[in-house]
Amino acid sequence: MIDNPKTGMTLIVKTVTRLTVGLILLFGIYIILHGHLSPGGGFAGGVIVALSFVHLMLAFGKDVAVAKISRNLATNLESIGAMMFLLVAVMGFLGGSFFLNILAKGKPFDLFSSGAIILSNISIGIKVGVGLFAIFLALVILEKTKKE
Amino acid sequence: MNPVHIIPLFVIIPLAAAFSISLLGRFIKRFSEFLACLSCALLLAYSLYVTIFFKITGQDILVYKIGGWVPPFGISMVLDNLATFMLVTVNLISFLVAIFSVRYMQMYTDRPKFFTLFSLMVCGMNGLIITGDLFNLFVFLEIASISSYALVAFGTEAEELEASFKYAIMGSIASSFIFLGIAFLYGFTSTLNMADIARVLSLKHNLWVVPFVSVLFLMGFGLKSALVPFHAWLPDAHPSAPASISAMLSGVLIKTLGIYSLVRIFFNIFGVNKALLSILMFMGALSMVVGVILALSQWDFKRLLAYHSISQIGYIFLGLGLGTPLGIIGGLFHLFNHSVFKSLLFLNSGAVDYAAGTRDLKETGGLGKVLPITWQTSLIASMSISGIPPFNGFFSKLIIIFACIQRGFIGYAVCAIIASILTLASFLKVQKFAFWGELKDKFKNIKEVPGLMKFSMITLALICIFGWMMVVPPMNFFILDAAKVLLQGTMYSRLVLEAAAR
Repeated sequence: MIDNPKTGMTLIVKTVTRLTVGLILLFGIYIILHGHLSPGGGFAGGVIVALSFVHLMLAFGKDVAVAKISRNLATNLESIGAMMFLLVAVMGFLGGSFFLNILAKGKPFDLFSSGAIILSNISIGIKVGVGLFAIFLALVILEKTKKE
Repeated sequence: MNPVHIIPLFVIIPLAAAFSISLLGRFIKRFSEFLACLSCALLLAYSLYVTIFFKITGQDILVYKIGGWVPPFGISMVLDNLATFMLVTVNLISFLVAIFSVRYMQMYTDRPKFFTLFSLMVCGMNGLIITGDLFNLFVFLEIASISSYALVAFGTEAEELEASFKYAIMGSIASSFIFLGIAFLYGFTSTLNMADIARVLSLKHNLWVVPFVSVLFLMGFGLKSALVPFHAWLPDAHPSAPASISAMLSGVLIKTLGIYSLVRIFFNIFGVNKALLSILMFMGALSMVVGVILALSQWDFKRLLAYHSISQIGYIFLGLGLGTPLGIIGGLFHLFNHSVFKSLLFLNSGAVDYAAGTRDLKETGGLGKVLPITWQTSLIASMSISGIPPFNGFFSKLIIIFACIQRGFIGYAVCAIIASILTLASFLKVQKFAFWGELKDKFKNIKEVPGLMKFSMITLALICIFGWMMVVPPMNFFILDAAKVLLQGTMYSRLVLEAAAR
C-alpha cells in the first residue's frame, strides 16, 4: 500500500515524509509529556500528534493512515481520552475536592513531578490528537463521496 | 453527604454519561437510552434535594472551590436560590424529554450519537447555571451551543443542514460578542470570578467599560435567546431538529443560555440601572408582539411554535426588565411555565409527526379522534400558553401585566394583552386544523403513540394544570427565593466571597 505509486503524492514527498513523520510524532509526544515543565501541554502536543497522521494521509493517501488508526479506533480513543480526564478530576474526591491534585508532587522540574497534571496532559493529548485526526478523516471522506 | 459536594456532580454525571454512551452505546443494546434517562433522573433528584435542603436549613448560598483553590484565584461553583430554580427547571424538562426520546428517536438511526450529544447539552446547561466564573460560563455555553448545532442537523436532510448552518453561524457570532465582552471585563478588572468582578467594578469610578460590555452582552445573549432583532435563526433551527430536541431548545436552552446568563450578569455583576432595564423591557415588548404576529400565518406546526417561543421570551424579558419584585416574580414564573408548556407542545408536534408522518397543518385534521392523549394534552398546553384560567400561563401573564400597571407602563400592559389574544387565535388555528374536524381517510388507521411518550406528555400537562400552586404558600418559596437573588443585586458579590471564605 505504501509503495503503490498510484496513490498519494510524488516519490520526493513520500521519501521526505517517511523520514520526518516519526520525528513529528515523537516531538508531539515530547510536548505532551513535558507539558508541565515547558511551554506546550496536552492540547499543543495532541495537535502535533494529529499532524503527523495528517501528514501521512496527505503523502500516501487515506488508506495508509486509516490502516494505522481506523475510524472506530479514533472515536473510541476520543471517548477514552475524555473519560480519563474526567477520572483524573474525580480522583480529587479521594482527597476531598473535585480536581484536587492528590498525587505526590515530587521535586520541581523533574519529569515525574506535579502529580496529576501529567495525567491530565496525557488524556487531553489523546483526546485532541485523535479528535483532530477524526475531523480531518471526516472531511476527506466527505470530499470523496462528493466526487463520486 | 455534605450538600456542597453535590455541586460538581451536576457537571460530572452528564459528562460521564455522555462519554460512556459514546464508548459503549454501540455494543450494548438500549444502553444509551437507559444511561441518558438515568443521568437525567439523578440530576433531577439532586436538584430537588438541594432546593429542599435550602428551604429546610435556611441557608441560601453554597460555594464549591474546585481543587481547593480560594475563589479569586481558582474556579468556583456557586449554588444559590436562582441557580436551584433554574436547575430544577432544566433537569425536569430534560428528564421528561429523555423519556420521550426513547421511543421517538426510533424514527432515526445512530441513537447512541444522539444521546451523547443530548447528555453533553444537558451538561453544558447545568454547568452554566452553577458556575461562578465568567470564563467557565463561556465554556459551558459553548458546550451546550455546539452540541445543539449538531443536534439540529441530526436528520441530515438538506433543510436541516441549512438550518443548522445558519444557527451555527449566528451562534458563533453571538459567542464572539460574548467572548469579546468577557475579554474587556478581564482586561479591566484582572479577574474572571463573577463575584470578584462585581467587587472590583464597585470600587472603580467613571466606568466606560460597563455600558460598552453591556451592549456586547445584550447582542450576544440576545442572539442566544432570540430577542426580536436577533431572532432570525430560531424559526429555522427549532422546527428542523427532532421534536424532542426542539422541546429542549425552546424549553430550556434559550432560557439558560440567553436569559439566565444575561440577568445573572446584569443584575448580580453590573447592577442594573434604568437604561438597561428600559432596553430589556422595550426589546421584550417588541419580541412579544412581532413574534406572535409572525406566528399567525404559519402552517408548519413546529414553525408556528418556534415563533411563539420568540413571543413568550418577550414576556419573560418584559417581566424581568421591570425590575420590581412583582415583575421579577412574574418573569421567573413565566420562564418556568413557558418551559413546561412549550416543551409539551413540541412533544405533541413530535407525537403527531410520529403517528401521522406529517406536521403540515393543511394536511392534518381530525387527529383528536385517533390520538386522544396527544389531543387532550395539547389542548391543555394551548390554553396554558394563551393564558386561559386556571392554567399556569394565565397566572404568570397576569402577574406580569399587574406589574406593568403597578409601575405605570400601561402601554406595555396593553401590548401583553394583545399578544396574549393573538396567541389564543393562533392556537385555535392549531387545534382546528390538527385535532378537530373531519378525520381524513389516510389517517384512519394510525394508532396512539407508545406509553413512554404518553407518560412525558401527561406529566407535563399535569404540571400545566397544577402550576398555579407555585405562587401560593407553601410552594411559593421556590420562585420568591429565586427572585430575591436578583433583587439583592450586587450584594451577590459580598455573599459569595463571604461564603467562600467560610
